[in-house]
Amino acid sequence: MPRKELEFDYTVETLSIVDEEGNVDKALEPKLSDKELLDMFRWMLYSRRVDERQLNLQRQGRIGTFPQSTGHEAIGLGSVFAIEKSDWFVPAYRELVCFLYRGWPLERLLLYWAGFEEGAVPPEGVNDLPICVPVASQLLHASGIGMANNIKGENKVVLTYFGDGSSSEGDFHEGINFAAVFNAPVIFVCENNQFAISEPLHKQTRTKTIAQKAVGYGVPGVRVDGNDVLAVYVATKEAIERARKGEGPTLLDCLTYRYTPHTTADDPKKYRSDEEAQKWAKREPLIRFAKYLEKKGLLNDEKRQKMETEIDEEIKEAVKKMETLAKSKELMEPLAMFDFLYADVPVHLEVQKHELAESLGRGDEVSTKSNPQRSIAGTAKRGG
Amino acid sequence: MAEINMAKSINMALFEAMEKDSRVVVLGQDVGIDEGVFRITEGLHAKFGDKRVFDTPLAESGIIGTSIGMAINGLLPVAEIQFAGFDYYAYQQLESHAARFRNRTRGRVTVPMVMRAPSGAGIRALEHHSESREAIYCHTPGLKVVMPSGPRNARALMHAAINDPDPVIYYEPKALYRLFKEEVPDEIEVMPIGKAQVVRPGSDITIISYGATMRPCLEAAELLMEEDGVKAEVIDLLSLMPLDTETFVNSVAKTGRAVVVHEGPRACGVAAEVVSRINENVFLYLEAPVIRLTGYDVPVPYFSKEKFYIPDTDKVVEACRKTLRF
Repeated sequence: MPRKELEFDYTVETLSIVDEEGNVDKALEPKLSDKELLDMFRWMLYSRRVDERQLNLQRQGRIGTFPQSTGHEAIGLGSVFAIEKSDWFVPAYRELVCFLYRGWPLERLLLYWAGFEEGAVPPEGVNDLPICVPVASQLLHASGIGMANNIKGENKVVLTYFGDGSSSEGDFHEGINFAAVFNAPVIFVCENNQFAISEPLHKQTRTKTIAQKAVGYGVPGVRVDGNDVLAVYVATKEAIERARKGEGPTLLDCLTYRYTPHTTADDPKKYRSDEEAQKWAKREPLIRFAKYLEKKGLLNDEKRQKMETEIDEEIKEAVKKMETLAKSKELMEPLAMFDFLYADVPVHLEVQKHELAESLGRGDEVSTKSNPQRSIAGTAKRGG
Repeated sequence: MAEINMAKSINMALFEAMEKDSRVVVLGQDVGIDEGVFRITEGLHAKFGDKRVFDTPLAESGIIGTSIGMAINGLLPVAEIQFAGFDYYAYQQLESHAARFRNRTRGRVTVPMVMRAPSGAGIRALEHHSESREAIYCHTPGLKVVMPSGPRNARALMHAAINDPDPVIYYEPKALYRLFKEEVPDEIEVMPIGKAQVVRPGSDITIISYGATMRPCLEAAELLMEEDGVKAEVIDLLSLMPLDTETFVNSVAKTGRAVVVHEGPRACGVAAEVVSRINENVFLYLEAPVIRLTGYDVPVPYFSKEKFYIPDTDKVVEACRKTLRF
């Protein structure tokens, strides 16, 4: 075998539909109704306002540390808008807009950040998983869900999310590789915001894009303008069509910027410049989408103001509901920590539950019938 | 009634479970065409085909992570990790996800899956192929851990593991795969997880063990009877998480003496937990300190010296005599 070059039929497509001034490429513009377009904007705006309100609540100590999602609205909404309710949503943790769009009540999402497991319970009627904190680990769940779809002969697709930092993890590789090998209908959406806490993209990978990594798995990879909701929507729609036709997974590399700190506990001033942040601020997805809608005559300041007022009222209500729930007896019940680990509470947990109940002065509330300590203590003792 | 070895009985259980329930799928490296390196999945691929018995890429985190996804999406995956020594790659998926989904979602999302893996030493295997690290999984809230000690209970425990609504680690003491045969009944037996068995009744001392070390424990009990006239009660834990405290503390309350035997390392091992529970429950019944007879806190030596590491019959007899002399 002499030395020569092997050719591959791989390219990395890039996609952007609306530019920073709101001008649209007519040839690529998706056929969405005015109502759908305004809906999309409203969800994005809603998510943005929630994010801002959450920061406020966190600073007041009313919820805990959380990762902000400002600037990620186009990726989240553009992709989730393209799937059906019966499809699967397997999130990471910066997909606030997706949760809202999928019908998770806002007060539940707030509960999660307020420190309640109840906030991680998916609502009835959707195939959603809760927030996943360990990065890239959820990609395997998405692939497994997709593999099971093939085994069961269902035609649901799976949408899963991760960041650029996740692409360094073994589970990123294993997740896409499994989906590729088993031709699972999974769309891997990289929210490439160019930072893994303090580490810039070039510390995570030597490749120019995340999209080109798809080549290594034999699947399509597309570099998408992650601040352009229409580009994300179109790219996802096409990936979904391929998946539904039985053509397997797609990797979408949606380029954006992390407009905020990693979490509310992080200070990005230490590791990135103001100039860079300002440059990206002008490109953020709401501004761009609003300009596009304004040019189409669908949106103006007055309409936007009206939307914001309504949204703020909804958020206010949800915060109130969350704080009521957070004080409720049911949600504040510490003994519940033993009740959901296994389908049935095993004896050792019953014993430990009793131990906590006693320390709370509520020992009588917990049955001790299967507590061996009790059953044996009743018999005569030998020795000392 | 058929007389079969443990390799065959686990295979039989998988076969029966797959026939009974179309949600059961078997996956892992080499489990399909090759029928598993220990032939545990023999005949399954031929019978059930690619959709239900399939070879995966060689990636333990991938195998377990995708099994989690499949379980969430309505299947009952039985994932094989070729050797327990490689399941550490998958530990993150087990700890962070398999074990926690039910709790995290207050019961909405559950993970009814089984991870099975050949465990333990004694077959002159190469490095990384002889560990007994079941304690790691017992220490992981949300997982169940079982370990059979013979063909009959291996089959019954496999059925229980597959039926279980929670993730189960099913460790197979590979030294026993073809060591001996037992009669198994024609009808399917299901053994409850979380239940130990008194496999030999006695009144003078309690020997508690599980898995591969059950054989030397039973031999030791026989020897103690023959040579010392000592009636040892022998308990097979079978399920290591949840652990059946009641059965062994009741036995120790009766005998006043106990030796706990396993192959895994001593520090923070299953025996340490058993001894603690004896202390917590029946300390005042004890006539002697409880002895732990376990593997040492070193990596299992390469096979030229592995026999010095594994608790054998002589060591069990000696530990019992020491307890009885106290």
